[in-house]
Amino acid sequence: MLYREAGQFKSSYTSDQQIFPIRQDRIGIMLLLLVAFVLVPGMADEYWLKGILIPFLVFSLAALGLNILTGYAGQLSLGSAAFMAVGAFASYNFMLRIDGMPLLVAFALGGVMAALVGIVFGLPSLRIKGFYLAVATLAAQFFIIWLLTKVSWFSNDSTSGVISAQEMEIFGYVFDSPESKYLLVLSIVTVMALMAKNMVRGAVGRAWMAVRDMDVAAEVIGIRIMHTKLLAFAVSSFYCGVAGALYAYAYIGTVEPEGFNLDLSFKILFMIIIGGVGSISGAFLGSAFIVLLPIFLDVLVQDVFAGLLPPSIASNLQLMVFGGLIIFFLIVEPHGLARLWQITKEKLRLWPFPH
Amino acid sequence: MKLKTKLLLSAVAVSSVLSSSAVLAQANEQFIGLPSYRVGPYASGGSGIYGGWIDYMNLVNARDGGVNGVKLSWEECETEYNTARGVECYERLKSKGASGNSAFMPLSTGITYAVIDKVAQDKIPLVTIGYGRTDASDGRVFPWVFPLLTNYWSQSTAKIKFIGQREGGMDKLKGKKIVNIYHDSAYGKETIPLLDVQAAKYGFTVVHIPVSHPGNEQQSQWLRVRQEKPDWVILRGWGVMNPTAIKAAAKIGFPRDKMVGVWWSGAEEDTVPAGAAAKGFITAGFNVAGTNYPVIKAIQDKVYKPGNGNMEDKARIGSVYYNRGVVHGIIAVEAIRTAQEKFGKGKVMTGEQMRWGFEHLDIDAKRLKALGAEGFMPDMKVTCLDHEGSGKVKFQQWDGKQWKVLTDWIDADKSIVRPMIEESAAKYAKEKGITPRDCSKEG
Amino acid sequence: MQFFFEVLIGGLLSGVMYSFVALGFVLIYKASGVFNFAQGAMVFFAALTFVGILETGVPFWLALILAFGAMVILGIATERIVLRPMVNQPPIALFMATIGLTFLIEGLAQAMWGSSVRGLDLGIQDEPIAWIMDATDIGVSKFDLFAAGVAAVLVTALALFFQYTRVGRALRAVADDHQAALSIGIPLQTIWRIVWAVAGFVALVAGLIWGARNGVQFALTFTALKALPVLILGGFTSVPGAIVGGLIIGSTEKLAEVYLGAHVGGGIDAWFPYILALGFLLVRPEGLFGEKHIDRV
Repeated sequence: MLYREAGQFKSSYTSDQQIFPIRQDRIGIMLLLLVAFVLVPGMADEYWLKGILIPFLVFSLAALGLNILTGYAGQLSLGSAAFMAVGAFASYNFMLRIDGMPLLVAFALGGVMAALVGIVFGLPSLRIKGFYLAVATLAAQFFIIWLLTKVSWFSNDSTSGVISAQEMEIFGYVFDSPESKYLLVLSIVTVMALMAKNMVRGAVGRAWMAVRDMDVAAEVIGIRIMHTKLLAFAVSSFYCGVAGALYAYAYIGTVEPEGFNLDLSFKILFMIIIGGVGSISGAFLGSAFIVLLPIFLDVLVQDVFAGLLPPSIASNLQLMVFGGLIIFFLIVEPHGLARLWQITKEKLRLWPFPH
Repeated sequence: MKLKTKLLLSAVAVSSVLSSSAVLAQANEQFIGLPSYRVGPYASGGSGIYGGWIDYMNLVNARDGGVNGVKLSWEECETEYNTARGVECYERLKSKGASGNSAFMPLSTGITYAVIDKVAQDKIPLVTIGYGRTDASDGRVFPWVFPLLTNYWSQSTAKIKFIGQREGGMDKLKGKKIVNIYHDSAYGKETIPLLDVQAAKYGFTVVHIPVSHPGNEQQSQWLRVRQEKPDWVILRGWGVMNPTAIKAAAKIGFPRDKMVGVWWSGAEEDTVPAGAAAKGFITAGFNVAGTNYPVIKAIQDKVYKPGNGNMEDKARIGSVYYNRGVVHGIIAVEAIRTAQEKFGKGKVMTGEQMRWGFEHLDIDAKRLKALGAEGFMPDMKVTCLDHEGSGKVKFQQWDGKQWKVLTDWIDADKSIVRPMIEESAAKYAKEKGITPRDCSKEG
Repeated sequence: MQFFFEVLIGGLLSGVMYSFVALGFVLIYKASGVFNFAQGAMVFFAALTFVGILETGVPFWLALILAFGAMVILGIATERIVLRPMVNQPPIALFMATIGLTFLIEGLAQAMWGSSVRGLDLGIQDEPIAWIMDATDIGVSKFDLFAAGVAAVLVTALALFFQYTRVGRALRAVADDHQAALSIGIPLQTIWRIVWAVAGFVALVAGLIWGARNGVQFALTFTALKALPVLILGGFTSVPGAIVGGLIIGSTEKLAEVYLGAHVGGGIDAWFPYILALGFLLVRPEGLFGEKHIDRV
């Protein structure tokens, strides 16, 4: 009834080709952005902004980057955290070593550096496929973290190898309150998510999907394999790099290379699988699932079951419930949460008269 | 649309958070948030430390009725030793209780770094006992951070002193060779400059050999040790790297009583898995193992007898990590007491008052005795300049079944450590644009 | 030269240790096409269960049988709860399901037996054999030789099992083609249960060997990390590949760390195996023993 596109006629190519062709989607997105930009900063307290929403957005961005590579271009990657590290450390050094470097440019340059590194480690994808390709990205993961730990120039010769992000300032405005940090991250993530959405439905995205579905066939119809795959690595690493810079600047503040370990890479991979491989909204849903669920379980256990269970059982129970829920959701919908949402939309379209 | 599910989840979590904070906000209780880790790779250490800490607070509540009548309350938050989770816990625990979180002690260097910039804004003392950022010992640059008792640099000088003692004098160190086996991370790298400085000063050679995380395979590193033929090995390990190193030392026939570990290499969790190979292994510690101290006896008596103990495995009472938790409890409680003496007995202290309490913490030998912790932990006196407050460690040796105290308290060589701390802190201050406090003006 | 041989031998023997874990991955991947992320957790679960049972005062052999029983139950439960509802789903979804399984198993193991670290003594000392040491000054650990012996027995047993038993033949048929195997009446679910039980057994052996070396603790799950380059090099589907891959990775990793690492600051064994496997795959993309894949449009 409410969600039905009947009667929405497209009378020009422009209107047919817009990002969200259905009016209800457009309204939904506008409402969502309105809530995120206006309502949330006003309503949410510091805990929600700093402890939950900012990490959620940062990890969503990283998951988005990985989803471009793995979900759209079909190249499995286990090195997302390393590309985040490149972004974080590169931004830090650009800010440190170039006077008057604007913050956003430093973020972008951090992303570009990550993209360049991504291209280098993407080269083997031209020959190696599937699970075997994971080795190239694993090599990136371990080599980059090793290099960042070893070469103290990257961390400005700090004895412990940690970097401490500089203050965030754009045109004289200092982003230090939780609200301002949140809005900055949200703006960057929104812009990049819309860019990604646009990219994957354009020629580039179609080429990626063709390569993903069958690269030989894609080559036969004239898609340049090397160009397409490396572009996917570059774009994906760029997104991860910017996410890494945001992780350092807007979220953690002081980071060590170890913080970007394999666990984080796996976590980002979990996000896109749970959320939905090859879907922009899936990156957000998956990030919500992986970031928020353990916290929610912990709050629940600490508050409700605090006195009832021995502490170690309570903590392990959280882990078991988390694992169980992953399996449950996959059995219900193996294509991820985004697919679940799509099915809901299909149902809504017919509701309330399904026959 | 993409956020719909998220909002739903959020709504449930919000209501849960709200309902809980309402229950907890009781007037006359001093709240301490515990960012614990009871699952994940380091759960064995976490359950011991947080268990001992909670037991001590239970003891204070049960025996003394709290601190001058102010009961202690606490809540755990599971971090899994993960930095991002730790930040969430910091934010979650921050404003609970009557006056917010009294002190944040994450027992993880990664989490410490992540909240170091936040604590000054939120006015919560960040207390890191035996880990964390070494140069934060300079209280002028880091007013809100307290790396209490001892830090890695102090410990490194105490170790060299100990080795010198064993060799029969610091002058005997000349020409000796020491291998530093370290965890290849921010934590492990931290003592390299210190060792180099001391090597130059005392005339020994030092070889640094890194072990990559997690360190469950160290054959090549120890073959290199065999090739180097050192007189002593310093083990700067963490987690599974420790028993593996001890085993590997046995494999190349390196004597374990020439191996000196940091305090994160020196618990039952590190020696028991290594079995017979660990016999003779020596480690530094700012607390000792054993139940033969009045404070532990009191816990057994007043907390475990009525059945309020936190440890499921009672055999672990008196283990190194458990006792370390008790030390955490003692320091937190003494800081509350110190703050109350200044700002009013029987009142709930705010974060700012707690900071004053930590900065004026003075646990001398007499006070230690009154606490029943004589010889259990070193005496300490914190000042505005010196946020470390002690620097003393004891060395313990594993006899195959338990830790045996080997030495008395050995003090750090402050003449080496302090200038390096000040230099590093000044660099941080410059990078961050912080103007150091003038300690002569602090009350 | 003597030192070179010492490093080489030590490396080969520690490669065997990696192979133990890699074997478990291979078995499951071969029969069900699932990359079982939970293998490391299974190693941990098996070792912890064994030690936990041993602590109650049960004799060694009985504890071994009981722990194996626990692994069989775990395998059957996995098939019933996780795999059966997800038949015919994309491999990535199955992979994710095993990740969920990982959390479940880790939580279960520690909830059951507590989180404290335990030692495990199999009665074989991890010390150099004296007469070899005296004769050549090369240290060869008794324990490592024992582990290599166990590996040899295990691989032989698995090879015989796959080659000569009815179940083994059925397993190979399933590995070749699920559909075809089903159509000639091979009970797929039974086969999967058996494979998971066998993988559980391999996990138990790996857990005992690794546990005796480093202690029975959560870090046993990290052993899976060491198996990854071995798998990639040896191929996901080859039992001999897991062994040969392990030997290659183990020895080159040690040699690199000793001879190269010293010049670049050390710690290179974190990434060296991956770079090596990468270089190898660039020449032979299907792995050491993998089958050549022909693309058809």
